[in-house]
Amino acid sequence: MKRKYLATPYIIWVIGFTLLPLITIGVSAFTGDDGAFTWDGVLAIAEPINRQALLFSLAIAFGCTMICILLAYPAALFLKSFRFKRKGFTIFLLVLPMWMNFILRILAWQMILSKNGILNFILGRFGAAPLAVSNTWISLMIGMVYDFLPYMILPIFNAISDIDEDLIEAARDLGAGSGAVFCKVIFPLSVPGMLSGIVMVFVPAMTSFVIADILGGGKLQLIGNIIEQEFMKSMNWHLGAGLSISLMILVLIGLAFTMRGDMEERGTALW
Amino acid sequence: MRKRKLCVLGAALAGMLMLGGCGKEEPTEYLTVFNYGEYMDPDVIDRFTEETGIGIKYEEALTPEELYAKYISGAIDYDLVCSADYMIQRLIEEGEAQKVDFASMEYADNIGDRFWEFSQAFDPDNEYALPYFYGTIGILYDTTKVDAPIDSWGVLFDGSYKNDIIMQNSQRDTFMITLKYLGHSLNTSDEGELREAQELLIRQKPDVQAYLVDEARDEVVAGNAAMAVVYSGEAYLGHEYNEDLAYVVPKEGSNVWIDSWIVTKHCKNPEAAAKFLDFLCREDVAEQNFEYIYYSTPNQAVVENMDEELRNDPAITPTEEDLAKCEVCTQTDPEITKLYNELWKELKAD
Amino acid sequence: MVRLKNAFMKCYLALILLFLYAPIFVLVVLSFNDSRSRVTWGGFTLRWYGELFSNRQILEALRTTLLLGLGSAAAATVIGTLGAVGIQAMRRRGYQIVMSLTNIPILNADIVTGIALMLWFVRLMPLGFGSVLAAHITFNIPYVILSVMPKLKSLNLSIYEAARDLGAGSVYAFFHIVLPQIGSGILAGFFMALTMSMDDFVITYFTKGAGVNTLSTMIYGEIRKGIKPEMYALSTLLFAVIFVILLVFNALSGRGKNTDDVIERSR
Repeated sequence: MKRKYLATPYIIWVIGFTLLPLITIGVSAFTGDDGAFTWDGVLAIAEPINRQALLFSLAIAFGCTMICILLAYPAALFLKSFRFKRKGFTIFLLVLPMWMNFILRILAWQMILSKNGILNFILGRFGAAPLAVSNTWISLMIGMVYDFLPYMILPIFNAISDIDEDLIEAARDLGAGSGAVFCKVIFPLSVPGMLSGIVMVFVPAMTSFVIADILGGGKLQLIGNIIEQEFMKSMNWHLGAGLSISLMILVLIGLAFTMRGDMEERGTALW
Repeated sequence: MRKRKLCVLGAALAGMLMLGGCGKEEPTEYLTVFNYGEYMDPDVIDRFTEETGIGIKYEEALTPEELYAKYISGAIDYDLVCSADYMIQRLIEEGEAQKVDFASMEYADNIGDRFWEFSQAFDPDNEYALPYFYGTIGILYDTTKVDAPIDSWGVLFDGSYKNDIIMQNSQRDTFMITLKYLGHSLNTSDEGELREAQELLIRQKPDVQAYLVDEARDEVVAGNAAMAVVYSGEAYLGHEYNEDLAYVVPKEGSNVWIDSWIVTKHCKNPEAAAKFLDFLCREDVAEQNFEYIYYSTPNQAVVENMDEELRNDPAITPTEEDLAKCEVCTQTDPEITKLYNELWKELKAD
Repeated sequence: MVRLKNAFMKCYLALILLFLYAPIFVLVVLSFNDSRSRVTWGGFTLRWYGELFSNRQILEALRTTLLLGLGSAAAATVIGTLGAVGIQAMRRRGYQIVMSLTNIPILNADIVTGIALMLWFVRLMPLGFGSVLAAHITFNIPYVILSVMPKLKSLNLSIYEAARDLGAGSVYAFFHIVLPQIGSGILAGFFMALTMSMDDFVITYFTKGAGVNTLSTMIYGEIRKGIKPEMYALSTLLFAVIFVILLVFNALSGRGKNTDDVIERSR
């Protein structure tokens, strides 16, 4: 038996439960209410309202990814430098919050950030002026970064802790300062982890809608919200499907570009 | 070592599984019921099964639209559906409902005559829909945060409470009250009137703190906002938590909504379905349900047994005066629904 | 200087953890709140913990959630691991095609995956526990593959080839050569899948049959009238149990040899 046949169950599964449902949605995207072929669904993304939501989502997802990198990189680096004996424990600490239900956690953030919320109460105790962040893009961003940060820390941390200590020692022995060690050794070797992180943060950030509904006060319209509205409220499934398919294609193109056409090279594991 | 770790883990997980693993007798007949979330005391469902031996498969949805989307996909054959008046109307019009013989039910008489009359707005011969709960839409406000008692929708639109207003994150409710404020019917099919309402809503948007669903009540209770557009039942609960809150149905009029039950065409056991509806109308059951939900009940037997305070609370029992200025929503024209969707999307995108 | 740097790093990590755990604290506090409203404090109480255990609906949802999570994670781990091993042996073209397919559930909005699966299941089978299970396996597999694949890449394949040359069957070689080397990746994939499954709402909502409730779908139904305090109590308990398991886990592995080190060295 050849090794590649081990993938048979998986291939069957992918065809049965990923490819065929995707085709169902694809068919829906390219048909109208009358069942005839149309480009309307997939081209709808170019309409002003949808385009605006798409651009806003792009901006939010991009900002969220950037902030995640900025927060996660030092965290991963510091975690590594403490040389915790038990890597598993560290990782667990980062994943553990996900075991509380997502909606409950986002509702908790709403309580923290609201006008008479916990954060402003604490600030008040210290005599600081209250923050008016609730129901704005700032609270939306806080919620997004909160939700996706672990997905950025984990792969970077994995990439960095996979770096051979001997390599760093060798660089030091050859006279590299800690700055040079970082620039020439650690950083380049952590790039694959960062790329995994970018995919794990950017892609779901593009399609999320629950956070915008709860923390954005329903005033901010992401492309995810529009897709949700088409499916759940307007009951215009053709349009919803069309928007999702074109969003998927755009994200795929974007990813191919980021990964320089080499999706498979995104190296590091999440865990 | 790893094995030992896995054993500990496995044992712990198995322990957690045991928690809920209590067996019980399985009924032979089942009804599949689709309702809003938290819109029936779970105990009522258990009682029904105990009394009749008919099991209930219970499903929940958050909004009428979502319920419709899941219903119409045909993924599950629901026997009974409870939803908002306009959605019930749509289901009836699309031939999804089957006739129910309310006259032969023992307890259907408990539903007050006027609610059968309300129902006629979307079910002209009272053949399909059974009223479940009803109420009005109004303003829940914090009396300590406003200068004078509120009596008009105008406070939402005149810019005097900037960033202190919570609107409903539901296109129908939001448009309905705006249409009422402008002096139009909330069932209008005039595009001009709808666009006028949208324009007003767009102008109001900067003053709105958030568009929320039912968390709206909590935001006013917590003092995060001065006022919110809510359903009357929510107002009662809000008042329970914060005594400073008051509820008003503005003088321009509003919407009176009736959430109703229908038996769908998929139901293969109409007798069991009728039994369930009859059960819901029975006084003790309706009372238990009322005390779980605290929305206005059309069940007169329950109303008569209520204590004075509850019966006189306008959030629990809308006054004649309030009801007189309210309209039932019967607008289900697909073209208008489409326009609503479009206008709502534009408002949100602005 | 070094000490200052250490202090700074510790502070930074503490802040990150504070950020990640802040909402957890809020939920834990809410589980002791003697009021049905989340925005008013009614004093300290333990009664929600008591009521939790007499709430049949919640306990049943918990059971379904755990069964679903463990079942789908286990199935996804088996299918995904075999899949990853097989995919890696494919030629470039096949490899690329299969890997792009693998990414689809991650790329698509949950709501699209959910509705696509629902429309598909309607043709295949009645919705019930089985359909949600299949859906969860579907969106779990990519996480397993993404966890296992990198381990496979750094795997020393020549040992496998050598074993085969020496007459080992592929199954034998898989269990004795490949599996031990990618073990940590598999375990990671399993937990990732479990976490994803426990946290999912949208896909579950569309693919579940009538009467099948998970904690997520229950919580969603409760948003309308306010989350029941019993739910906070349950979340707190669940969290505490996992935390204790983690500590025990950690203490055990601390006393013995470090598993990660073993895997690390075996490379």
